[in-house]
Amino acid sequence: MLGLNKKDTSLLLLVAALVAFAPILLNPFPEGSALAQFNAGYPDLMQRFVIFGIFAIGFNILFGLTGYLSFGHAAFLGAGSYAGVWALKLLTINVIPAIIISTIVAGLFSILIGYISLRRSGIYFSILTLAFAQMAFALAASVLTPITGGETGLQTNLNDPRILDFGVREGGNIPAPSLFGLEMGSSFQLPVAGWLWTFNVGYYLSAVLMLIAFYIAIRIFRSPFGMMLKAVKSNQQRLNYTGLNTRPYMLACFVISGMYAGLAGGLMVAMDPLAGPERMQWTASGEVVLMSILGGVGTLIGPVLGAGFIKYFENIFSKINDNLLHQWFAFMPDGIENVLVAIIHPFIGKGWHLTLGLMFMAVIIFLPGGLVELGQRIGRLFKRRKSDDTSGQTTPAE
Amino acid sequence: MSILEVKGVNKRFGGLQALGDVNLSVQENSVHAIIGPNGAGKSTLLNCLVGKLIPDTGSVMFDGQSVLGRTPYEINQMGISRVFQTPEIFGDLTVMENMMIPCFAKRDGAFEMNAWGSVLGQKDIVAHAEHVLEDMNMADKRQMMASSMSRGDKRRLEIGMCLAQEPRLLLLDEPTAGMARADTNNTIDLLKEIKDKRDITIAIIEHDMHVVFSLAERITVLAQGTPLVEDVPENIKGNPKVREAYLGEAQV
Repeated sequence: MLGLNKKDTSLLLLVAALVAFAPILLNPFPEGSALAQFNAGYPDLMQRFVIFGIFAIGFNILFGLTGYLSFGHAAFLGAGSYAGVWALKLLTINVIPAIIISTIVAGLFSILIGYISLRRSGIYFSILTLAFAQMAFALAASVLTPITGGETGLQTNLNDPRILDFGVREGGNIPAPSLFGLEMGSSFQLPVAGWLWTFNVGYYLSAVLMLIAFYIAIRIFRSPFGMMLKAVKSNQQRLNYTGLNTRPYMLACFVISGMYAGLAGGLMVAMDPLAGPERMQWTASGEVVLMSILGGVGTLIGPVLGAGFIKYFENIFSKINDNLLHQWFAFMPDGIENVLVAIIHPFIGKGWHLTLGLMFMAVIIFLPGGLVELGQRIGRLFKRRKSDDTSGQTTPAE
Repeated sequence: MSILEVKGVNKRFGGLQALGDVNLSVQENSVHAIIGPNGAGKSTLLNCLVGKLIPDTGSVMFDGQSVLGRTPYEINQMGISRVFQTPEIFGDLTVMENMMIPCFAKRDGAFEMNAWGSVLGQKDIVAHAEHVLEDMNMADKRQMMASSMSRGDKRRLEIGMCLAQEPRLLLLDEPTAGMARADTNNTIDLLKEIKDKRDITIAIIEHDMHVVFSLAERITVLAQGTPLVEDVPENIKGNPKVREAYLGEAQV
């Protein structure tokens, strides 16, 4: 289907189903129950899942296929965000032009950075991209203030021109980004028994774009172009002596990857029309590296899993506090309760990075293929139980 | 007719004269061997032919066109394929994928942006790669990871990848270095078979005299960066100059 083989088609359909029913799947605990705070099915977080999923898919096209580790990918996310806000300010509050312009601007920006950075490989390439991203961050925060709004960031105003909206003004309020009048923030809430499911317009727009982005990534992975990129990772010397020019292949890959980041940036401002320089900072670039590695570098689904995993921890674990722990362990004798809370304390709330770090280490050491490898191992375990006669064939991670 | 003309090539690395006034002419559809003791400049010469090094002076003409100043991929597209001393293949890819890449290079040139079609949808490429694999007796290994093969098979694959491009000149850099006798003999047979089946010129750099005398039609002996003699194998065997170069001062 759609020019994919059977395995890829079922992967795409699986992802589509998960994404479509995410508002239900991510809210497994009834409202008001003790575990309700582990629910992730609220619009803000779900939007972040898919938007960072797009970012990570794009990053993985570069890092997973060619092995070139860009440490400045957030620069494209930021460039896309700024371009998106400007489109919302100058053109129209409709998000479609903003998203398209974000993607194009990030693509142009990545041509420039890629052209220079790709003269080197390995650690030197990483350092060059990092240097460019930090320059972009510093420029956005200071010299380029008229364009970027400096440290306070760039946002939409009531008296923006919005030339395509033909002077339509909603009385007194800054208009919210919308899709032909359908506001990104609007949701349909469905209470079923104890559960409350929220279906959000912005989430579904992002989800559809993520599915398209995912589909394109599969096509690239399976194409002759994708095979050349894998060959770059495997043996660049042989590729050169086989009559192939690695330069344009790498640049094309870098630009595609940058455009994915721009799309993610554009979607971010479509959900919340605000862009600040911190979006370009090196920590943001590092985050997408973690997402890819945690999920499984070079696999199709890995980066999406990694993005979801990290965003879940960032938003859910950081909300747990000592009071809550005391509540959970209230059934224990006071002394033990206090000791337990003291032990767990550094790993929750503001300490969620510590938990994430430990899990990251565990994954690197025990599951070098990331969460995808975990899934494969579990899958193999079940297969072996089913039929003991099949030999332990290993398949390369896809 | 000569397909490769090297004239007056000099290459200096700091104080070391690696190549001094090298002249060499390789006849079309012949097997030409370049031999010489360690440090004679064999590899430097080869690197000058494929664009890895640029000679300080002199000219290198391939089929009437200069190769100097061109990059390795451009020279390859002109029709020169190179086999490395240690097999250079795409270890993370399957044997079939390894074989398809040179087929793409042959069909589409140095760069082609095809990010939408599937690899296996390219029927002509698949057929071409299958054909070469059969030729190399490797069809049964097509789904293997290239890195998991034996050294002899890696060598066979690398030679196959070069042949898939249908080059006019095949350069081999010590193709049997570090190989067991049986593998060496297999490689000799393979090269003979290639020579018999195709219109191809082979230039081979080699240490192993057994390989050289089984294959070469003409031999150039290089010593201290300069060609000592160039002749047919029978005359090289008994040449006192060659013995001297290999064995040191001749006993008087």
